Order: sequence, then C-alpha cells, then structure tokens
Amino acid sequence: MTYIAKPKLHHPALAPNALGYLRRDYEGSVSTLCAGCGHDSISSAIIQAAYELDLPPHRVAKLSGIGCSSKTPDYFLGNSHGFNTVHGRMPSVLTGANLANRELIYLGVSGDGDSASIGLGQFAHAIRRGVNMTYIVENNGVYGLTKGQFSATSDRGSKSKRGVVNHDSAIDMVSLALQLGATFVGRSFSGDKAQLVPLIKAAIRHPGPAFIDTLSPCVQFNNHAGSTKSYDYVREHNEAVNRLDVIADRKPIEVDYEPGTTISVTQHDGSVLSLHKLSEHYDPTDRVAALSYLAERQAAGEIVTGLLYVNPEPGDLHGALGTTDRPLNSLSDAELVPGQSALDRINAGLR
Amino acid sequence: MQPTRTEGPDYYHKVVDCQWACPAHTPVPEYIRLIADGRYDDAYMINWKSNVFPGVLGRTCDRPCEPACRRGRVEDEPVAICRLKRVAADNKVDVGPLMPPVAAKRNGKRVALVGAGPASLTVARDLAPLGYELVLFDGEPRSGGMIRSQIPRFRLPEEVIDEEVGYVTRLGGVELRLGQRIDSLKALLAEGYDAVFVGSGAPRGRDLDIPGRKETAANVHIGIDWLSSVSFGHIEKIGRRVIVLGGGNTAMDCCRTSRRLGGEEVKVVVRSGFEEMKASPWEKEDAIHEDIPILNFRVPKAFTHENGRLTGVTFEIVRAEYDDKGRRNLVPSGEPDEHHECDDVLVAVGQENAFPWIERDIGLDFDRWDMPQVDPVTFEATRKGVFFGGDAAFGPKNIIWAVAHGHDAAVSIHRHCMGEDVHDRPPPGFSLVSQKMGIHEWSYDNDISLDHRHRVPMLDKAAALKDVRVEVELGFDPRLGLAEAQRCLNCDVQTVFADDLCIECDACVDICPVDCITFTDDGEEPDLRQRLKAPALNLDQDLLVSGGLPTGRVMVKDEDVCLHCGLCAERCPTGAWDMQRFTLEMTHADQMGGAA
Repeated sequence: MTYIAKPKLHHPALAPNALGYLRRDYEGSVSTLCAGCGHDSISSAIIQAAYELDLPPHRVAKLSGIGCSSKTPDYFLGNSHGFNTVHGRMPSVLTGANLANRELIYLGVSGDGDSASIGLGQFAHAIRRGVNMTYIVENNGVYGLTKGQFSATSDRGSKSKRGVVNHDSAIDMVSLALQLGATFVGRSFSGDKAQLVPLIKAAIRHPGPAFIDTLSPCVQFNNHAGSTKSYDYVREHNEAVNRLDVIADRKPIEVDYEPGTTISVTQHDGSVLSLHKLSEHYDPTDRVAALSYLAERQAAGEIVTGLLYVNPEPGDLHGALGTTDRPLNSLSDAELVPGQSALDRINAGLR
Repeated sequence: MQPTRTEGPDYYHKVVDCQWACPAHTPVPEYIRLIADGRYDDAYMINWKSNVFPGVLGRTCDRPCEPACRRGRVEDEPVAICRLKRVAADNKVDVGPLMPPVAAKRNGKRVALVGAGPASLTVARDLAPLGYELVLFDGEPRSGGMIRSQIPRFRLPEEVIDEEVGYVTRLGGVELRLGQRIDSLKALLAEGYDAVFVGSGAPRGRDLDIPGRKETAANVHIGIDWLSSVSFGHIEKIGRRVIVLGGGNTAMDCCRTSRRLGGEEVKVVVRSGFEEMKASPWEKEDAIHEDIPILNFRVPKAFTHENGRLTGVTFEIVRAEYDDKGRRNLVPSGEPDEHHECDDVLVAVGQENAFPWIERDIGLDFDRWDMPQVDPVTFEATRKGVFFGGDAAFGPKNIIWAVAHGHDAAVSIHRHCMGEDVHDRPPPGFSLVSQKMGIHEWSYDNDISLDHRHRVPMLDKAAALKDVRVEVELGFDPRLGLAEAQRCLNCDVQTVFADDLCIECDACVDICPVDCITFTDDGEEPDLRQRLKAPALNLDQDLLVSGGLPTGRVMVKDEDVCLHCGLCAERCPTGAWDMQRFTLEMTHADQMGGAA
C-alpha cells in the first residue's frame, strides 16, 4: 500500500463544477489496494461522475459489504455518508436507509464475492423490490483478499493463477439483474473510463434500481493467460453495443456521429441519454431482446458492454409502498404520532 | 508523433527547470536535498563546483532559476532557491578539506587574466588544479571586480567576498596583481602568455546628456562609479533629498545606499512603466520597503540649478503606446512637466563595455558596435589565444552568467594550451539512477510540503538604515531553511517510462494528483496537447510520449506541473514507471584531465 497522502496540490487548470468543487474535492483517502487494481479505476470513474453531475457530497450515501471492492468507498467521496455492512448485507442496509430517507442518492458498491455468493439473495431482493439506487459490482472473478480462489462469476473453463481449471458455471449478474427487474442495466470495464463514467452518471440519474457490472481485473491474482477477467482478455473480447452521453440540464454535447446511428432516451427526471449505436440492431429499451442478445453473444465468447437496458419510466419501492414523500427524520412528533383518533380510524378500516 | 527521445542529456535536464535555467546549470534539487539533510558542507561544494561563489550568489544572484521553478506553476511562489544557497554557505562547518588539492606539478602554461572579477576567478578556479600559472590583473586595489565595487555591503558583507575569492587563490598557481590596470593588450600579449582572458566587465556607466548636466556636475553622479566609491570608503554622505534615475538593479542599489548615507527623501524615477523595469521584482520590493517611492513614465528633461547648485530635475510625463509589432513607444502624455527638487542625482541608466586599452591592429576584430567579436561557444576572439567572458564578452549581464562564461572559456583555454581544437568540446556527462529502495520506499522525500514560500528574516528597518555596512537580510536559520527546502519538488528525480512493461491498467492516470498522464490515440503534437486529461498548454514544457502500446494507444505525460511525487511509480504494478535521479556532469576544464 501507499503510505504518503496524495498531495493536495492540483493542476492549475482544474475547473470547479456548478457547486464550486474541483474534481479533487470528490476524492477520498489514498487506496490501500494492490497497485494496478481495476477497482481504483472504478473509484476514479465514480469521482469523475460525481464531479460532472455536480453532486452535493453530503447528499450521497455510499454503502458496501466486505471484500476488496467493498473497501473502495473509503477512496472516493470522502465527504459523503458511508456504511460498511456485514458481508453480503449491503443491499438490505441500503434498502432500509433508502426507506428512511428517500432524498439521499444511494450508491451500493460490492464485489463478485459479496454479491454473487454470500449476498446473492440480498442482491436479488433489493433489485426485485425496485430500490432506487446505483448498484455497482466490481467484478474481478476471483477472491483476491484470500489469495486467488475462484469466485461465483469465474467462467467455467478459465484457469486460476496456479493453473487450476474452474469446473463450476458462472453467475452472470447482468442477466440476473435483467430477469429480476432492474430498470437500468449496464456492463463496463474498469479500463475504459470513456464508457464507464457516462454509464455511472446515467445510473445515478436513473430513478429506479440501476445495476452496473464492471469487469475489474485483479492484477495480483487474475491477470494471467487463461483468465477471462484479465486486462488483455477483456480488451480482446469486449463487444460494446453503444456509446453513451448523459445530457443533464446542461447544454447538449455535440458529437459527430453518423446520422441515424444515435437514439435518445429521455428519463423521468428530464435527463437525456444519448446513445450512439455501435451494434446496428441493438435496442436498449427492449428487455427481452437484451436478454437473448446477451445469451447469444456470450455463447460466441464475447463480453457485451454498454448500456444494455433502460426503462425510461421506472417505478421504485417508495411508489409501490405508498410511503411518505419526506425523509422520516424531517417528520414532526405530531406527524409520527397522529393520536388515538387516527389509530381508531385505521382499526375501523381493518374490521 | 515520434516517441520522445530521452537518450541524450537534454530531455531530462530540461525537466529540471531550475538547473536548465541556471547559466551554470547548478544541480539545484540535489543541493536542496543536502540542506534538508543538514549536510551543509556537501551542499556548499555542489554549488562551489557549479557556480564558484555560493555565499555571494546566495545573496545577490539574479536567480533565473526561480521564475523557472516548477513550484511556481502549481502554487503561488517558487522555492527560495537563491536564499537556500546562502543557508548552505552560512551553516557549512569546514569545506577546506573538500577543496581540490594544489596541483602536484606545474604544467608550464601561463595565462593572463584581465580583471579580477567573477569571470576571471572562475577561469582561475577551473585551470589552477591543472597546474596552470594564472596571473590576474585588476585596476582596483581589491579583488572581486563588480562583486566588491558595485554590490553594496549591506547586501553582501566583505568577509563573504574575501572567503570565496580566497578559495580560488589558495588553489595554487594564482597570482593577484591588484592596482595594476592593463593599458595595452598589445603590451600584455608581448609578455608571452600562452593565453589571455579578458574579464574586465562593463565598467562604464552611461551618462545622461540633458540640459544642466555640466552646471550640476558636482551633484550629479554616475551610479556605478558612486557605488564603487562608497564600497571603497571614498564617499560617506549624500544629500537629504536624492533622485535616482533608472530602473535597473544598479538603481535599486543606489537608492538603498542613499538611504543609509543620509538620504531621507530618496526616490527612483524611471522612463518605463513599473512592471517593465529591468530591476528584479524582489529588489524593487526591498527598495519600496525602505520607503523609497518609484515613480514611472517620467523622462528626465533637464537638471535645474541656481547659483551653480543643483536644485532638481524636470520630467516629461509619458505613456506607453504599442505598435502592431508589439514594440513599445513612450509618447508624451500631454500633461504638464513635473519638477522634483533634490540635492543629489544618481544616474543609473545602464552600463557599457569600454575597450580603449585594446589596440585595433593586433588581429582582434571589432563589430559595428565597437565590441570585440567573440565566439559564443568557445569565447575566443578572432585572434587565437585571446578569450573573453563575463560582461566583457556580450555586454552587461550578471554574476552567474560571468561564471558560466568562465567555465566555458576555461575549457577553451585548456584545449588551446594543449594544442587542441577549441571547438572540440566533450558533451556533458549524465546518469539516471533508480531511487527505489523497497516496495514503497524511495531514497528521496516524496511527501510534498504544502508550506507557502517562507520570507527571509530581515534586520529591523531603523537599524538597517543606520549603517551601510550592516547586512540587512539575516538569512534563513537552519529551521526555516529546512522548511523551505521541503518545498522543493525534486524535479531531478525523473519519471521514466518503459513502454514494454506497461499493461495499460490506468493506475498512474488515476493516482496522479496533477493529471499529467494520459493514454490516448497517437496524433501530431499540437493535436495531442489538446486531447490530454489536462490540456498541455504550456508549450515551453515537453511531452514524454511512449511508443505504441498493445491497445494501439500511446502514453503521454505532460512534464509541465508534475510534482515528482512518484505516486505513478508507486501505483504501477509492473514497474513500467520508475523514479530515477538525473545527474548532469558539466564539462569543466578541471575534470577534463590532460594536466601534462
């Protein structure tokens, strides 16, 4: 690990965002992960996305479980709320926090061990309940903290650093999320910030359960020949279906794409996702087509990345439950304890 | 674009902005680290080797290094490099044993040096250890040249000059013939020296030929002559009201000296605007601090007088106008002329070279400005065996340039005396050595201090103005010196990139605190500069561009504001980045050997 703090001095040309913060203001402490870890690039992408979205740091809650990936919230958004939960239990704690205070922006950060093994049930239920959150899995296909055992997302037939072949089927978290009803699903690669940063921005603006599976090579234990999660392998097999620009309330970004190759998806909050199609027939608003396309390309040995599915009119858990519009901590005693007559009315309604 | 060529000494030398900007290429970060380590003797010797007068320059240098300092581009102000040099000089214990030994045997060559100032002393320093017999002539009774005659004692104590001239004269074979002005180069050449070096400076102060000049001669003085008379104790007083004409460092020395010799109302009046004045910003600051107003855009028109006594100076008020080529013209503003009363005027409007003592028929060509023709590389005149350096070579500059000229002239003199071609000059040597000591351990302190520039403690103003011989700057004490030394970014510890080891994981891009590093598609330099994570708009600073990487992209590093913190190397999983210390070995005559 690195012992010195990242110097506070920054590039003189660094521009403040609408809130007056520099990108550097969204950093956390210096990473203690291994040098070259893909997770650090994802942290950096989150920092960039938060800066570009002008997020007020005190309105963000970042939650994680256990593992290399779950350590990373310490390395970004140092002025935001944080909660390091028990292994695999991040989705439940996030759900609870979201129910208590719907006004915060929820960022769940987890890994393939935390979300695909011990926390698979938690993951499934948070997604199917439609919790409004951005759920990022930093997927390296290996247990790095315990020195390189296969994880639940390791592909069948891939080799460990010591040459052992994996005989178990892999869990594909993207397909799972699509089946379980996530209304925003993307896959990206830690080594491609041009793709990852807009995806994270779009996910944060998405008012429903947004899931991003991010391939994030483990340099120490899963970056060898025979691995399907190495820098080289992912670069060779990466099949991006689209390039995304998030146009929030700012002036649209001019991009010179061929006419007819761009589609726009307007989200509920008014933000526009401008998608440059790389794969000719791919329609990211068609969930069933997305599932079959994924299965087809996966069989062909490709790793499909990009914004794979988005529902422009998603619902969320609060809508389904009909909860109060305001955070619980802003409710007065009179609102929380409405008195005997209110109880009588409820009881009468149940008779 | 082509991958950056880092093979020769120049690429990495240029990254060390201070060293590159220093005419003598002093390895600044190296001596600053030694100061931080409390190794003042070693820090002094590094300086002594490069610039011969660390104690003098640590107080008086024009510091071209400081405007170049990278710290000034990432923070408000550069490292106080100059005053750190003084810390080494002030705190050294005993450098005597570290000095080169007296040559075991004489090499039988005799060199005459005209003028005993910084240029000649540097030549002597470089040639003495090789066994040369060096004869220095100076018209003044003391050695040091302008260092002693023009720089006031309140900026540079006499002991410092004596000490540092002494280190040169003690090298053996150096003979000082003081009070012996050379009146004829022809006669000197006739004495049969193997080479002659002219380091006689730019000794003539420009006069101001305006009405009233003759009538007021008793109270209008030429700045450098007056400073010299003060230095040698011939003048001890000046009138109560003094006007200094001119905007260079000599003008600043004149006004501050006047304040110490009885001048109560001292002002500086310059033709140009305040910003365009030739004086260094810090010298202007020091003058203003001593209650000396600087009035700009005023052109002296006449000296006024009554009954044969100076009464003041009349000024025309002008303003600056720029033509389409950006050239400045001072045009009358139309405002009425101003009259400023005064008792004395000091004229510090420039200096010139003067060679009335060089005959024009000895095979030494002069150009149309009546300056000797001097080769800018070898410093040789058109007559073989005659060399020039310092202000005598290319007009008034400053001490550090004189030292740099001296080093180069010494190389030429040595080659000339050995019967070799003076144009055949060995290039400087250099080395790059990894500073990695352990997984996260470096041999230099990469934890960058966030301190702002420390101010040098000054003597109380009232006390300072009482005596022209009391040094006004107290210098950094070791504690402040350490704090200031820690501001240095160690730019000589270079970020060296090995293309073949890079796996393009982005770790260096993510950790770099100043967004120096970008992996992107190749392109021509102007286009590439715009496409970086932080556009590289400072064209004076180079890009380090790798060869093609496996993804087809290239790594581009903008050297401009790199903190040399080493985090890129620390976060690099494959060692593609390494921090390597760059050492430049300048070619000096005394290292060339050949002492036969």
